[in-house]
Amino acid sequence: MNTLFSMLSLTLIFSTPIIITALGGLFSERSGVVNIALEGLMMIGAFSAATATVLLEPVTGAAPWLGLLIGMFFGALVALIHAYVSINLRANQVISGTAINLLAIGLTIYFAQIIFNQQRTDSFIRGFVKTTYPGLAKIPVIGPIFFSNMYATAYIALALVVVVWFVVYKTTFGLRLRASGEHPQAVDSMGVSVKKMRYYGVVLSGVLAGLGGSIMVLTQDTQYTMATIHGTGFIALASLIFGKWNPWGVLGAGLFFGFSQVFGIYSGDFAILSKFPDEFFYALPYVLTIIALVVFSGKSVGPKAVGEPYDVSKR
Amino acid sequence: MSKNTIKLFLVLVLVLAMVAGCSAKVEEPVVEEPVVEEPVVEEPVVEEPVVEEPEEVMTVGLITDIGGIDDKSFNQGTWEGILEFAEDFNLSEEEYKYIQSESDADYLPNLSTFADEEMDLIVAPGFLFFDSMTEVAELYPDQKFLLIDSVVDASNVASAVFAEHEGSFLVGVAAALKAQEAGQDTVAFLGGMDFGLIQKFEAGFEAGVWAVDPDMTVLVDYAGAFNDAQKGQTFASKFYDQGAYIIYHAAGGTGNGVIKEAKDRVQNGEDVWVIGVDKDQYDDGIYEADKSVILTSMMKRVDVAAYTVCENVLNEEFTGDILVFNLANGGVSIPAENPNLNAEWETEIQDFADQVIAGEIIVPEAPVRILEED
Repeated sequence: MNTLFSMLSLTLIFSTPIIITALGGLFSERSGVVNIALEGLMMIGAFSAATATVLLEPVTGAAPWLGLLIGMFFGALVALIHAYVSINLRANQVISGTAINLLAIGLTIYFAQIIFNQQRTDSFIRGFVKTTYPGLAKIPVIGPIFFSNMYATAYIALALVVVVWFVVYKTTFGLRLRASGEHPQAVDSMGVSVKKMRYYGVVLSGVLAGLGGSIMVLTQDTQYTMATIHGTGFIALASLIFGKWNPWGVLGAGLFFGFSQVFGIYSGDFAILSKFPDEFFYALPYVLTIIALVVFSGKSVGPKAVGEPYDVSKR
Repeated sequence: MSKNTIKLFLVLVLVLAMVAGCSAKVEEPVVEEPVVEEPVVEEPVVEEPVVEEPEEVMTVGLITDIGGIDDKSFNQGTWEGILEFAEDFNLSEEEYKYIQSESDADYLPNLSTFADEEMDLIVAPGFLFFDSMTEVAELYPDQKFLLIDSVVDASNVASAVFAEHEGSFLVGVAAALKAQEAGQDTVAFLGGMDFGLIQKFEAGFEAGVWAVDPDMTVLVDYAGAFNDAQKGQTFASKFYDQGAYIIYHAAGGTGNGVIKEAKDRVQNGEDVWVIGVDKDQYDDGIYEADKSVILTSMMKRVDVAAYTVCENVLNEEFTGDILVFNLANGGVSIPAENPNLNAEWETEIQDFADQVIAGEIIVPEAPVRILEED
C-alpha cells in the first residue's frame, strides 16, 4: 500500500510540468493558433528560472518563486514572436513553432555560455524543496499521496486546472477565446478583435509553458542543461490532444502519462512484471499514449479554425 | 525626364556599389593572403632577438566536442592535462592549441585541419569522436592520434580506456564504511543504460561494498537514459523509500535528479547520500553553505590520460594501442579532498587501493547478476 502511495505522489510530481504546459497549449489552440513551440517555450522558461535562481539564491530565500515569475515572463516574451509571426504575418504556424523550438536550444545555450562560461547553468543550491505538511500528512490515503514529500508547485498545477476551466468556460473572455478558434468571422462580426484574442491565447501559452519549464528544472533538476526538458513539451502537446482540449481532460491525460512513467520505474519491484525486459517499460508510456489515442479519439474535437490565419475577407 | 535620369543614375550607383562591395569581399581573401603572410614573415624577425633559440618541443592539438574547453567535464579535463604537460615541458604557446567543434559535423574537418598542420599529437575526448577518428586515422596514416574513452583499432591511434570497475570498487568501500557507521544495511546503484561499460561501474561498486560487509544489500536499477533528470529523481525517491542509505549513480544528467532528491531529503532532516561519477561532483551536491550530499566521487582522470600520451609522444614511446588507465597509474581515483569522509576511512580506502594495485584483489568487470546467468 505504501508503495502505491509513493507511486501516486511521484506521479503528481512527474505530471506537474506536463499539465501546466498543456494548459498553456489549450489557451493558444482554443484561440485558433497551433502551438508546437511548447517545448521551446519550456526551455526558455527553464533556463531563465534556473539562471535567476542561481543568481538570486544568495540574496533572498524567495529565489525559486521569483525564478518562476521570471521564467513566465521570458516564456511570454518569446511566445510574442510566435504570435506576431502567425497572427500578423499569417505565416504557417507549425513552421513558426518549429523555428522557436530550434531557436530555444541555441538561445539558452548561447546565454549560458555568456553568463556562466559553460554550456549549462551553474547548479542552484536549493530550488524548490519537497515538503511534508505535519497535520495534513496524517490524513489516511490523501495525506501520504498529496501532503508528504510533495512540492508546493504540484498544487499550482491542480489549482490552474480549475482556474483555466473557469476562465475558458465561465467567463466572457473564455467565450470569445473559444469562438476565435471555432469561428473567427462570427467573433469579428460582433466587434471583438480576433487578433487581440489570439494574442492573448498565444501569450498565455507562453506564460504557462514558461511556468511548466521553470517548475520542471527547479523541482527535478539541479541546473539547466540542453537535456532538462527532453521532450516534455511534446508530451504536453499530446496530453492536450488526448485530453480533447479540455482542462479536465488535460489533467487526466497528464496524470496518465506521469503514472505510466512512474509505473515503468517501479515495474522491477513487482515479481510478475520483472520478467519483462527493461526496454518494454521504457517504451510503455509512449505505447500506452498511442493506444489511448486510438481508443478514446472518436471524432476530432479540436477547435475548428485552429491553424488557419484569420482572413477578414473570408466570411 | 531629367528626374528619371537622376533616379536611374542613383540606382545604377547603388547597384554598382553593391556589386563592387560583393566582389571586393569575394576577392578579399585572395588579395589579403599575401598581406597576411607579410606579418608572418615579419614576426620571427621581431621575435628572434627575444627568443634566442626557438627550440620546438612538440605540438599538441585538442579537438573539443560541442562542450568546449570549459565544460567542467571531459573537454576541460583533457585540456587541463595538456596545459599541465605544456607547463612541465616548457611548450611555447604556439605549440598547443584547441579547436572547439560547433556541431558533430565539425569533428572530421577539425581533425583534418590539425592533421594538415602535421601536429605531433591530436587529441579527441570522448566516444562521440569514434566515427570521425576511424575515418581520419585512415586518411592520415602517419599522424598520431589519441582517442579518450573509446577504442579505435588503428596503428596510429592510441585509445585511452579507464578501469571504471577499480574506481567504483573504492567508492563501494566508502559507501559501505559510511553505511556501517550509520547502522544502515542497504545501498543502491543507478546506471544510465544496461550495457557492458556501465555494468563495470555496477560490478566494481558491489564488489567494494561486499569487501567491507558481505551482508549489505545493493539495490540495482537502470534508468534507460543518460539525460532524464526526472527519471533520476523518481528512481532515487524509490531507492530511498526502500531503505537505501547511499546511491551511486553512473547516469550522467540523469544523476542530477538523484542529487536533487537527496538534497530535498537532507533538508527535510533525512540522512541520505549520493556518490558522484566521472568528475568530483561535490559542488553539485551543495545544499547549504559548504555542506554537500556528495559522499565522494569516482573520477575518470582524462587529464592523466592526455598527459601520459603527450609524454609518450615526446619520448618517442607512442604506440597505437589500447592504454588502460587504472588505479595503479592514477587514471581512476576518488577526489584528493573528501570533506564527508573521515581520515580513518580514507586510510582504509587507500589500503584497499593498494591491494588492488598489488593485484591482491581482482575487481570483477561484470556484476554478480550477470555472472550467475552465464
